[in-house]
Amino acid sequence: MPKVVLEFEKPIIELEQKVAEMKKLSETLDIEEEIKGLEEKIQQLQESIYSNLSAWQIVQIARHPERPYTLDYIQRITTDFVELYGDRLFRDDKAVVGGFGKINGQTVMLVGQQKGRDTKSNLYRNFGMMNPEGYRKALRLMKLAEKFNKPVITFLDTPGAYPGIEAEERGQAEAIARNIYEMSKLRVPIIVVIIGEGASGGALGIGVGDRILMLEYCWYSVIAPESCSSILWRSWDYKEQAAEALKLTAKDLIKFNIIDRIVPEPKGGAHRNHEQAAQILKDILIEELNELKKIKIDKLLELRLKKFLNMGVVTE
Amino acid sequence: MAWFKRTKSNIESSTQKKEIPDGMWTKCEKCNEIIHKKQLEQHAYTCPKCNYHFRIGSAEYIQILLDEKSFREMDKKMMSADPLNFVDTKEYKKRIKDVIKQTGLYDAVRTGTGKINGHNVVIAIMDFAFIGGSMGSVVGEKIARAIHKSIKTKYPLIIISRSGGARMMEGALSLMQLAKTCGMLTRLSEAKVPYISVLTDPTTGGTTASYGMLGDINIAEPGALIGFAGPRVIRQATGKDLPPGFQTAEFLLEKGFIDLICHRKELREKLTQLIDLFKS
Repeated sequence: MPKVVLEFEKPIIELEQKVAEMKKLSETLDIEEEIKGLEEKIQQLQESIYSNLSAWQIVQIARHPERPYTLDYIQRITTDFVELYGDRLFRDDKAVVGGFGKINGQTVMLVGQQKGRDTKSNLYRNFGMMNPEGYRKALRLMKLAEKFNKPVITFLDTPGAYPGIEAEERGQAEAIARNIYEMSKLRVPIIVVIIGEGASGGALGIGVGDRILMLEYCWYSVIAPESCSSILWRSWDYKEQAAEALKLTAKDLIKFNIIDRIVPEPKGGAHRNHEQAAQILKDILIEELNELKKIKIDKLLELRLKKFLNMGVVTE
Repeated sequence: MAWFKRTKSNIESSTQKKEIPDGMWTKCEKCNEIIHKKQLEQHAYTCPKCNYHFRIGSAEYIQILLDEKSFREMDKKMMSADPLNFVDTKEYKKRIKDVIKQTGLYDAVRTGTGKINGHNVVIAIMDFAFIGGSMGSVVGEKIARAIHKSIKTKYPLIIISRSGGARMMEGALSLMQLAKTCGMLTRLSEAKVPYISVLTDPTTGGTTASYGMLGDINIAEPGALIGFAGPRVIRQATGKDLPPGFQTAEFLLEKGFIDLICHRKELREKLTQLIDLFKS
């Protein structure tokens, strides 16, 4: 049984527990039929709940503490992963991880924001909030990939760039701007995958690429719904409305062409089955990598620029 | 009894109010000096006493920096289309309508070509009065087109930023304007056209974290607040008091993120000098 259960998951989890208990009893009692019935009911319930999730519920799934994080995916998707540390300028930022690994026999550079699972590891990872040295570390690794002509895959999962005193002293804004700029012209294919939270510039700082993929239950926007609520409504109590208004889910973003593809999650969300979530993503990544490899790099860069130039809606 | 005699002068309260006569007079927001409008204009909207730089808009910069009648505005009437149908305590559509009426501006940046002491430039000037100078689709698109113009004409690009960052009411579309503008800047760089970024009070968030910080030359006005996270957010997140002078232009110069600080009265001459240095 999962340790953390979201409010709207409760009815499903309760039924699942019941089934588990009944299965134990079925060794002595003939209740196969009833179990089957309940399992069908679970499936129906899951479908009805998950097809009608509100934006705020999706935000909650995206933040689920048992959700697979960057390293969970890397471990399952790649072989021969070698983690590389540091920005060669200041220090190693633990909120971002990266290194070479192989997907389907091909070497790629993997870079992603990394959250922790408990208080101790979250402090170590700074809750996935990068400092300037993190963005510079990511850029160093992407430049390394460029030098040896390896595609880059980035994983976005951050509540935002770290808003700290030292972060400002070391140029948080410059570090993010530099990355966005450099990623716009990096001469290797880049695939971006939003695997959890995509909060604003902190996410986009490793989020420019040729293909933008987004897992089904993630959010990506200019601001977190709570902060948006506190600024526009002048109260923390309107986070549900803010989440809805911001149009921050994968279904919304694909309509605006901000993302290219929604990556399906296992039933009940990626946190319910890490293996399956990783397998689905792996298959899609292989497909996308093969597609991108066919395009000449100059053409790819032109398409990359055009893709972002087309984002935005104005009237003239 | 000597004890009761006050020997020291009274502590002066900074909040002491001075009466402002109507019409031609303005009060300095920092030192409370009463300044005549003519005098303020002569001083490029800075306080003659304490050098405080007033938060001015595009109209004033056009007047201060550009040769008379040289400004040719581009995309003047481009407006937000409210793609999200955004509603908070007020409809975004209504908010835009109101602010257009109130300011006479169509969005938070004006772009165009002009001359500075005879040098042709492409210039973009942000207006804080328009929803906090926030960057949504219109700002991103206008800046991207200004950069394009700069590439085509080879005129140096000048962007004067004064902005709270990306505009919330256009969600992720606003965020993508960072990528759009930075993407265009890579092409400007390839074309070897100089870009001068002028950062004014205040410039934060997505604006700093995109074109703001990417000038070939980054100039700041004295005392300007420039950063990524705003001071309130940092205080809340860290629970720490912020050191004096934190995130000011002077602080950023010391930390190595801007090239120079320039008084607004000297900005026109400084830009002329820099453009001439690039050209000669």
